[in-house]
Amino acid sequence: MILFQQVTKIYRQKVALDEVNLKLSRGKIIGLVGENGSGKSTMLKLIAGLAYPTRGEVLVNGSKANRRVASTVSYLSELDEYYRFYNVKQMIKFYASQFPDFDLKKAYEILTFMKLDPESKLKELSKGNRGRLKIVLSLARNAPIILMDEPLSGLDPMVRQSIVKGLISFIDLEKQLVLITTHEIREVENILDEVIAIKDGTIIGHHNVEQLREEQKLGIVDWLTTIYE
Amino acid sequence: MADIFHSAEPIYLQLAERIKRQIVRGELQLGEKLPSVRDMALKANVNPNTVQRTYRELEGLKIVESKRGQGTFVTVDERVLQAIREEMKETEISQFVQVMREMGYSDDEIKAGLDSYLTEKGASEQ
Repeated sequence: MILFQQVTKIYRQKVALDEVNLKLSRGKIIGLVGENGSGKSTMLKLIAGLAYPTRGEVLVNGSKANRRVASTVSYLSELDEYYRFYNVKQMIKFYASQFPDFDLKKAYEILTFMKLDPESKLKELSKGNRGRLKIVLSLARNAPIILMDEPLSGLDPMVRQSIVKGLISFIDLEKQLVLITTHEIREVENILDEVIAIKDGTIIGHHNVEQLREEQKLGIVDWLTTIYE
Repeated sequence: MADIFHSAEPIYLQLAERIKRQIVRGELQLGEKLPSVRDMALKANVNPNTVQRTYRELEGLKIVESKRGQGTFVTVDERVLQAIREEMKETEISQFVQVMREMGYSDDEIKAGLDSYLTEKGASEQ
């Protein structure tokens, strides 16, 4: 479903990704972990077609990732910028107008689940509720690939919990693949199928999480500690 | 259902163990329908794929059966329940005995201690 073939990405002088090979298949929730600046966001942007590889190829469902890939990829950026004069309902309407696969009914289900008021103005939402709204907008699309860049970052435990529950409830694992970058490993370790560790633009490990526990008796955090040392 | 799992053990097995305990305790009755995969995932805070695997594992052990289009049900077979009870008893006792032996208690001390606990204290705790 997603294929990286010898992908290198250089921003000016800096090597963000260094000959990355990767294969991800549908029906899974995959965690991408690594320090700040390790290349996580770059990988997401390449899949979303928002950046292009310097060398190598990124294939999404068999074709090269470019701007048009946006129709099959729901990308949640780590930025927290919205049209502040909109209210929640208008924001949802705007998204529905931009993406043909946006499912209004599902959006309102997730909205209710997240206990968000459709009439609230975006500029008046708390940071936690903005985090929740981003989840609504990204999960309401029936896109085969969902990318989430740091969806839990900077949010309080209650909000993080509701986002994790939202993921469990609304992802269709028969059809979708979710790739999520995070530092909050404890929060997501029970919902990940696979984990990928990235360091200085290189993938230093990629595992099925249950297999890691079964064969090596390691949790994700233990495993990261062993490979980072 | 508390959603605390050991991070270094497969979650699908921990969840299977939890369900077996619920059956032994009678919290889940023979023939009772288990929550849907999604509901169980939400309740336990785990990946739906993991729940699916747990149900498959339990199905392989004949503890549950899935009925097409209806869901997954606890078996109605009493013998299976008896087998789980025995198995759990074995597990708990062997862990207890191991801990006691590691601390240097002899088997006679363990037996005597257990006996007197059950007659004196255990009875009032029931």
